[in-house]
Amino acid sequence: MSEWLFFLEVTLAGLGSGALLSLTALAYVLIYKATRVVNLAVGEMLMLGAYFFFSVAAGWGLTAWIALPLAVIGGGLVGAVVERGMIRPMLGENPISIFMVTVGLGSILVGTVELFWGTDPRALPAFISTKPLFLGEAYVSRKIAVAFVVAAAVIGVFLMLFRFWRGGVALRATATDQAAAYSCGINVPGVFSAAWIIGGATAAGAGVLLGAIGGISPSMGVFGLSALVVVIVGGLDSVLGALIGGLALGMIQSWTSTYLGGEYTSVVTFGILILALMLRPYGLFGTHEIERL
Amino acid sequence: MIIGTAKETYPADEALLTTRPQRVWMVLLLAGLLVAPFALSNYWLYLACLALINVIAATGLNVLTGFTGQVSLGQAAFMAVGAYTVAYMERTLGTPFLLNIAAGGAIAAAIGLVVGLPSLRVKGLYLAIATIAASFILHFVFVNWTAVTNGNSGATVPPATFFGIELATYGRLYWVIMPFAVLMVTGAANLFRSRIGRAFIAIRDRDISAEVLGIPLLRYKLMSFAIASFYAGVAGGLWAYVFRVVTPESFPFLTSIFLLAAIIVGGMGTILGGILGAVFMTLTPEVLRVIVELASPFVPDAATLLSPVRTIVFGALIVGFLIFEPQGLAEIVARLRRFFRLWPFRN
Repeated sequence: MSEWLFFLEVTLAGLGSGALLSLTALAYVLIYKATRVVNLAVGEMLMLGAYFFFSVAAGWGLTAWIALPLAVIGGGLVGAVVERGMIRPMLGENPISIFMVTVGLGSILVGTVELFWGTDPRALPAFISTKPLFLGEAYVSRKIAVAFVVAAAVIGVFLMLFRFWRGGVALRATATDQAAAYSCGINVPGVFSAAWIIGGATAAGAGVLLGAIGGISPSMGVFGLSALVVVIVGGLDSVLGALIGGLALGMIQSWTSTYLGGEYTSVVTFGILILALMLRPYGLFGTHEIERL
Repeated sequence: MIIGTAKETYPADEALLTTRPQRVWMVLLLAGLLVAPFALSNYWLYLACLALINVIAATGLNVLTGFTGQVSLGQAAFMAVGAYTVAYMERTLGTPFLLNIAAGGAIAAAIGLVVGLPSLRVKGLYLAIATIAASFILHFVFVNWTAVTNGNSGATVPPATFFGIELATYGRLYWVIMPFAVLMVTGAANLFRSRIGRAFIAIRDRDISAEVLGIPLLRYKLMSFAIASFYAGVAGGLWAYVFRVVTPESFPFLTSIFLLAAIIVGGMGTILGGILGAVFMTLTPEVLRVIVELASPFVPDAATLLSPVRTIVFGALIVGFLIFEPQGLAEIVARLRRFFRLWPFRN
């Protein structure tokens, strides 16, 4: 029985980290859906958000409830600046060039963080109580539970927004056909900006939650690569795919590191990625684009 | 003043060097490469070796990414394959230097073929991401296949011996690395005068059209992967002889980005671009180091700023070149050439 309990606990922990993966994947999906840019710097934007939180909460000594919104707003601002400064001039260039711009952006962000905050890992000031939480008999870390609830709520909100909010509809319209959206009076550049701002804010929020669980360091952007696997498997333009893919990968990673050993995590993660690319290149829930000459 | 280059025969059109200034510059470059070891200090020779190794790896990546249009973020992993092959053969088999390097290239090429397989199904960004995945999986192999790689503690490499001469100093190593670089760059340049190279370019420009024209896509895409990996393997093998210890961290994911950045900065799809970019990107950190040293009397803890500043400049170079000079340094060179050719008229 206890083995089952242990398995349950491992699974729950995996679901918790999977929710964070989903949230990060959501940043990829938002930006890709609107602008067709795979932003490899999502991981670094996430890291920057966590450092914003750190400097507000620990440096200025403000409470988490002020620091968290400030970090999210900061993430949104970064998204806005990046979109106007780096992505807008690249409009119409081939997708690989824009992808490489985001790779360069990631490097700039890592360097900036190292410049201001140093390279040492830090711990975020505790804002989630550490009192253990029990689901039935299974122990769950409260931080992971909070992360799960927040991520689930945010993704739920996004799913609703895409369905019912005018801006969400505009975004979906832009994603489907830019020219048509333009001719229907949709402010396409505005949608681009909005997608990057919301994407940046989402990444920053995910960064704060991730930092609260595992601490922050300039190399925490690597987490973005796992989230990238999620969006490839789930489909680059599917919010639902990000949700399901994130939770699934979180559980798989948790099982792998518990039963096989931590060093197998990356190999299993990227193995899944290659398998998914070979079987369904456009992802489980992604749009299958047909190419014509 | 030269107005255009009128060519009257096909061989003239296909020639590697078409104009007199080009030949003069080429002779000057070769002379410079030959004189370098006598003129440079030991540290600069080390940098020269490193730059030449990066030239080989970047040229290989340029064949794959610049000419065939297959973006790869796994070039560093193939360098690691070459380096580990050389390390293993040198330590346990004691085979001669040239054979080790060739084997490093060959094994890297074989693995490159396998990694290139997804290019059958996916392309563009998805392929780039598949190569990221492949490089992480190879990293796992390097850490865990301890019998060959000695795991995290790394494999040491005894100095190479070439016709009985121990290549232990940078000055001596330069004399094997430089010919390799010249040979392989020339090889790449010649590749694009052949059927294979033209097929690569056709695939890059529009793969579906290429297929319609009767170019077997999979074969040529895989060939491109194999060639790029071969270059990386040779570069990695030479790297192993220079640094004499190979660990899983010797070729981080960042090195793959570095090489891709080198061909972006230099100019994708030109042989000159691979060379310029690799040299430029290798020397930029040194220039920054000099600047930081000059600034150290005025700025407190200037030395601790060096690494973050390097990271920022590295990223800024990628972004800046992509936005403002997408054709890279090679385009700047071409512009200069045009200027002198057209002078006193403006282009």
